[in-house]
Amino acid sequence: MIKRSYWSLPYFIFMVVFVVLPLILIVLYAFQDGNGHFTLSNVTRFFTDSDSLSTFALSIEVAIENTLICILLGYPAAWILSNKQLNRSAVTVMLFIMPMWINALMRTLATAELFNVLGVTLGKGTLLFGMVYDYIPFMIYPIYNTLMKMDKSYAEAAEDLGANPWTVFWKVTVPLSMPGVMSGVLMVFMPTVSTFAISEFLTNNKIKLFGTIIQENINSSMWNYGAALAFIMLIIIGITSLIGEGKQSETEGGLI
Amino acid sequence: MSNDYIIDIQHLSKSYGDHKVLDDINFYVRRGEFVTLLGPSGCGKTTLLRQIAGFVAPDEGKILLEGKDISGIPPFERPLNTVFQRYALFPHLDVFDNIAFGLKLQKVPAKEIEVRVKKMLKMVSMTDYEDRSVDSLSGGQQQRVAIARALVNYPKVLLLDEPLAALDLKMRKDMQLELKEIHRKMGITFIYVTHDQEEALTLSDTIVVLNEGRIQQIGTPTDIYNEPCNSFVADFIGESNILNARMIRDRRVEFIGHEFDCVDEGFGEDVLVDVVVRPEDIYFTTDPARCQFKAKVNSCIFKGVHYEMWVDTDDGYELMIQDYDAYPVGSEVMLYIDPDDIQVMHKERLCNTVPAKVAEDGVVEMLGAKFEASTAGFSAGDEVTAEFPFSAVDLLDHQEDGKLSGEVHFLLYKADHYHLTVRTDDGDSLWVDTNDIWDKGDLVGIDIAPEGIKLKARND
Repeated sequence: MIKRSYWSLPYFIFMVVFVVLPLILIVLYAFQDGNGHFTLSNVTRFFTDSDSLSTFALSIEVAIENTLICILLGYPAAWILSNKQLNRSAVTVMLFIMPMWINALMRTLATAELFNVLGVTLGKGTLLFGMVYDYIPFMIYPIYNTLMKMDKSYAEAAEDLGANPWTVFWKVTVPLSMPGVMSGVLMVFMPTVSTFAISEFLTNNKIKLFGTIIQENINSSMWNYGAALAFIMLIIIGITSLIGEGKQSETEGGLI
Repeated sequence: MSNDYIIDIQHLSKSYGDHKVLDDINFYVRRGEFVTLLGPSGCGKTTLLRQIAGFVAPDEGKILLEGKDISGIPPFERPLNTVFQRYALFPHLDVFDNIAFGLKLQKVPAKEIEVRVKKMLKMVSMTDYEDRSVDSLSGGQQQRVAIARALVNYPKVLLLDEPLAALDLKMRKDMQLELKEIHRKMGITFIYVTHDQEEALTLSDTIVVLNEGRIQQIGTPTDIYNEPCNSFVADFIGESNILNARMIRDRRVEFIGHEFDCVDEGFGEDVLVDVVVRPEDIYFTTDPARCQFKAKVNSCIFKGVHYEMWVDTDDGYELMIQDYDAYPVGSEVMLYIDPDDIQVMHKERLCNTVPAKVAEDGVVEMLGAKFEASTAGFSAGDEVTAEFPFSAVDLLDHQEDGKLSGEVHFLLYKADHYHLTVRTDDGDSLWVDTNDIWDKGDLVGIDIAPEGIKLKARND
């Protein structure tokens, strides 16, 4: 008999080769100069270079804006989809999810072409449009899921205690759907920080994001600085997701 | 006086598709009364409560609150509050904010809210719990918070939807007493929904027994227990021996092959009736002069307070008896029943009666199938009424073997046979007497003996 734990061996090897090793390489490269000597200069260069810092600040700003727009547009959409009186068919839900079946790069290219034909000047507006378009399904779906799973008796109890439908929505539905909003935020915010394709195609590289400068550095063979930037981004994403998850488990515990 | 009625329900009906959940419900609730809606699952009691709360709109009929029709008023404007079956406490709020939810919406001043919430917590014995999150509470504690959250608004009527169903037996008993105490202290009218007959008997001033969307009986717990008006109520409330009987004349009834004195009058002479005798009302005696019938003890089980015995009577009927003394299995015993303890009820029906049509000579069409029957005196195409006795219906193990198929819906043991209600696939009900043992929900094939079917001209 082979022990069952051996069955996980292929996955283990896969994880080591494609996840753990690259991470170790990123860290190694980040703390080395071009000749392979240990150095902190790559990291300190980022914190002293005002260009990198402002790109970083812009990336965060764009990611926050994108996330907020996704919540503002996505929450009502999710609410309407989950409301059985307004939406009786699963087809509508599928229509919202369907764009995810098409490669994001192709959708972005098509959007760029569309702006081109319409004569819209590429800039921050088009960048945000592209980001919202690409990421809003990731906001709608988790919110839709929590709303669907939410016990209807909470809303009934609130109504029974004298809350009109508007109050029920703000005092019960919204607070109880926060876990869904939180996972939506994680799924939208983190990828937007590191995106570069959207800014490349939808602003013609007029606006550079953090992902763009990592890509540029790697492309121009400045592996060590590129790795340092990637390392910093990883840490930031790690921190956001830890904060997000802490909050989520708290609120989710509340649901049971 | 109708002024005394806080809730008055008139001709309320509700259907979901073809299924009639509530059928012409009429009853009233007096101010301060504890009324229980009692019935098996699916009898419509929860739908009725939700209609009073405002979550379900009635198809027909009126709900009057203090004389005013509230049918069109949304739940959040009704001065009623509900305790939900699964509590539905808001998980994002602590105990205090849960209870204060309704008061805050009414813009009650913060100081008064604090006073009222604390008073209510004391009422449900939950003092000092205001800062606790609702997840950290046990089921019983959550139940108390749910009751406090509803009562703190001083509703005109408190609606309770099986509030104790999720608690274990011991806790349920304690909560029953506490609920009764809260009801007494607050003086608020309670409408309580349960399927637990014992709970209904313990708590209520008045019980409304529901089955299949219809009210079966309304009365005090003692009335309902001692004088059930039909075999459903007798079977549902408590243990009982339900028997076929014949009213010989006023105050004299015959069943299990013997004649008994009883106290019922006005049924007529030589009329078939049902009789209920509670198992604790059959007495053992050693005095041959008092003995009304003899029996042999078949089984004897200790039930804590009493022994539960099944006896076979000298005429082959099986009765349940509860007594403080045990009689050994196999022993011959002498038994008697007091006239007061025999409850005589009208039979709901004496045979199956269905509309039919003569298809051809010797064949009638009814219940969606064709059956052989004597059609003498009628010709093809005649619309008639077919009658056949309960015993003429034959139930078969395999649905496909019968002319009709159906499901066993309700069973009643009548001392020497079972009386079943079978629901056909088309939704018609047939009543069947059988010696075979079936269970509720069994899928059966149905056949009807040709010689049992009698046709009558339809007079309409």
